Amino acid sequence: MTDTNDLILTVKDISKTFPGVNALEHVDFSLKRGEIHALVGENGAGKSTLIKILTGVEYPDTGSIELDGKIMEVKSPQHAQEIGISTVYQEVNLCTNISVAENIMLGHEPRRFGGIDWKRLNAFANLALQRLSVDIDVTQPLGNYSVAIQQMVAIARSLEIASAKILILDEPTSSLDVAEANRLFSLMQKLKGEGIGIIFITHFLDQVYQISDRITVLRNGKLVGTFITASLPRMELIAKMLGRSITDLDEMSKAKFSREQKESKKYSLEARGLGRSGSLEPFDLQLHASEVVGIAGLLGSGRTEMANLIFGIDTPDTGTLTLNDRQVEHFSPLESLKNGIALCPEDRKAEGIVGDLTIRENIILALQARYGWFKFLSTQKQYEIAAKYIQILGISTPSPDQLVKNLSGGNQQKVILARWLATNPQVLILDEPTKGIDVGAKAEIQKLMLDLAEEGKSCVFISSELEEVLRTSHRIIVLRDRKKAAEYPGDVDDHTIIQTMAGNL
Amino acid sequence: MKNNTALLKRIRENRLFWPLIALALILVTDAIFVPGFFKIGILDGHLYGNMIDVLNNSAPLMLVAIGMTLVIATGGVDLSVGAVIAISAAMGAVLINPALGNKLISNEILTKDATNTPLVLIVLADLAAGTLCGLWNGFLVSRGKIQPMVATLILMVAGRGIAQLITNGQIMTIYYTPYFFFGNGFIFGLPVSIYIVALVFLFAWILVRKTSIGLFIETVGINAKSAYYSGISEKNIKLFVYTFCGFCAAIAGLILSSYVHSADGNNNGLNYEMDAILAVVIGGTLMSGGRFSLLSSVVGALIIWTFTITMYTFGVPANALLAGRAVLVLVVILLYSDYTQNFLNKFTDRKKVRHDATN
Repeated sequence: MTDTNDLILTVKDISKTFPGVNALEHVDFSLKRGEIHALVGENGAGKSTLIKILTGVEYPDTGSIELDGKIMEVKSPQHAQEIGISTVYQEVNLCTNISVAENIMLGHEPRRFGGIDWKRLNAFANLALQRLSVDIDVTQPLGNYSVAIQQMVAIARSLEIASAKILILDEPTSSLDVAEANRLFSLMQKLKGEGIGIIFITHFLDQVYQISDRITVLRNGKLVGTFITASLPRMELIAKMLGRSITDLDEMSKAKFSREQKESKKYSLEARGLGRSGSLEPFDLQLHASEVVGIAGLLGSGRTEMANLIFGIDTPDTGTLTLNDRQVEHFSPLESLKNGIALCPEDRKAEGIVGDLTIRENIILALQARYGWFKFLSTQKQYEIAAKYIQILGISTPSPDQLVKNLSGGNQQKVILARWLATNPQVLILDEPTKGIDVGAKAEIQKLMLDLAEEGKSCVFISSELEEVLRTSHRIIVLRDRKKAAEYPGDVDDHTIIQTMAGNL
Repeated sequence: MKNNTALLKRIRENRLFWPLIALALILVTDAIFVPGFFKIGILDGHLYGNMIDVLNNSAPLMLVAIGMTLVIATGGVDLSVGAVIAISAAMGAVLINPALGNKLISNEILTKDATNTPLVLIVLADLAAGTLCGLWNGFLVSRGKIQPMVATLILMVAGRGIAQLITNGQIMTIYYTPYFFFGNGFIFGLPVSIYIVALVFLFAWILVRKTSIGLFIETVGINAKSAYYSGISEKNIKLFVYTFCGFCAAIAGLILSSYVHSADGNNNGLNYEMDAILAVVIGGTLMSGGRFSLLSSVVGALIIWTFTITMYTFGVPANALLAGRAVLVLVVILLYSDYTQNFLNKFTDRKKVRHDATN
């Protein structure tokens, strides 16, 4: 048993119900001083709801929150900060156009003669960052720094203005590279040494094992259990998260290679010297039917740019694109849609979902756009299509009339996928379809992609998780510095690809 | 009990709920304080009374509100509707003028109850003028990528000048009786204007709910980028809504000029842009765009005019009327604010919790 004096936060028997969904059912949770506690679970497991309750965004239906031995009611996000619970979200919510120092001290600027004392402001900010061993010029605009630094600035801000006892990091590493993530981890270790309790939410299991002391697993709003990280084997953790075995994943890799590759000379899509200055240097790309082509490359290497050129989001200024022997003349999303190309865009929130529309409306959107203004799908037909894809993709929702903004990230991603599948495309481009979603949903999407290829479609799969690309692709294209660097067959080893991405080959 | 609160919440979340409550409140006030407010009599074979006045007076605003709803749903706004009303009215008056084409103009000709232009042509020219104005706005916004408020401000300012150019700077009085039918006529005892509103409403409703246009308008208003990625032509949707809004304003101009028997570039449709925006906002459509309800906006227009006529019957002088309207706006904005909504949510939630606790 742990010493109760050591506990900084105790959550007992928390339940929360949303219309039609039990978001949390009788969940207990505890956090010790100087502990890094990983919170894991599939999408819709209840992680976000628990965090929202701890930060005062939502109110629990039942249960109690005990902070430092005192029962607390967290009234609002501001109140949460006041009592020492600080949160840093996945998307950094700071202002990139003002200086680092201003960001850290915003709303708490030291004053002098009625104005802001810039000297002291910068000095304070410097001090705050030094505490985290971050050495940057605080007078520069925040936007000049990488996302990793921005995240650290966000942490510095939350520690500075609130003297936090508890720090909640919600998916802080999802847009960081390995070196940046490691830097964040050493910072977390430092804070841990100062006695701050850290709740760490992530989809990366490697990182869970790298940094956390204990793990709490949620599934479908219920507590599966809290475990000491060192004594929980990884396979067991995954099994607990999914509530089932993950042999599916192994089978998938086998399926890819056991299947006979239908070699055909004919390409369903062929790009020759396609390029756009300032965006992506001219590249060649051939897609066969029944093929998954993976695109690998670091962030900013031109992956999304390639997808946007093929789909007509950006108009290429050189080269040609041929689809089933027919040359594409006008580049626009609508034209691509009519030609049977679909793009599932990278930024789900900004480019994908239409939050205030229902699942049904989101699903039929692209199909309806292809049909135009006056060939309107009847409501009945819309429900049929929606029901079909809700079933195929396993979208968990009480009704197709649920607003998409109320869904979890993984389910939103499935809705966007459904939107494109409903148009029955010949070529499906998936730009980071597995970003920020859980292991189970990832596996489902990968499997779906292979199934589509089986049906004779071509898929382009863009992902920053190399392992995923290797597992699912028949061919792999590596991009580097906005240029196509190399093309490999699907059984290439990851070492070669990493070397190519890094520019050593 | 649980089902009851859920049902209550669903009713409250319905778009028509607040507008209807507001309308009911005003009507109840009338019922209590203004004896005979609801009295409807028959005069010359048609109905008359306060309620009929409300309907007839609010018809032009309802029309403009219908067009404005679609514009606002895309996240835009059309400030030029008042000016378009004036242009449409001026167009009608000039074409009706029996002196048109005559070299010799005398007072006798000018005030004659006759015209050289067929009525159908007059109506079509009215509508064409307004639609063209809308098309212009649409081009500025969708092709010129000008902010809607700025783009439509151009016509708001210039439009009244254009109306005066059309009428040669004169306030033109109309003497042609058949033209008065639109603003003053009755069919089966009810004002003609109401039938026109019903027709336009039906047309608009079919257009947005029985084609995909409504869905696309909402999509563009909620997330224009997603709309673009999904192959929806944001440009054409925007061009359409501004054009349609101009068309609606043109019909409003026709009714208004017919009602007041004149075309006055400076005063026809004055402040209609603000009233129409207010009607849409009362109807619960967000200024930021997205989900909309045509019917709620129409009720919004009805609320504004019921309120106005109520103020008149209370004997509030015309110059104090605007202050009264300001109060209306304030109340509406407070009702729709997040604070009030949260308060009401908490109120119903708490009631539920308390009930569960007693079980």
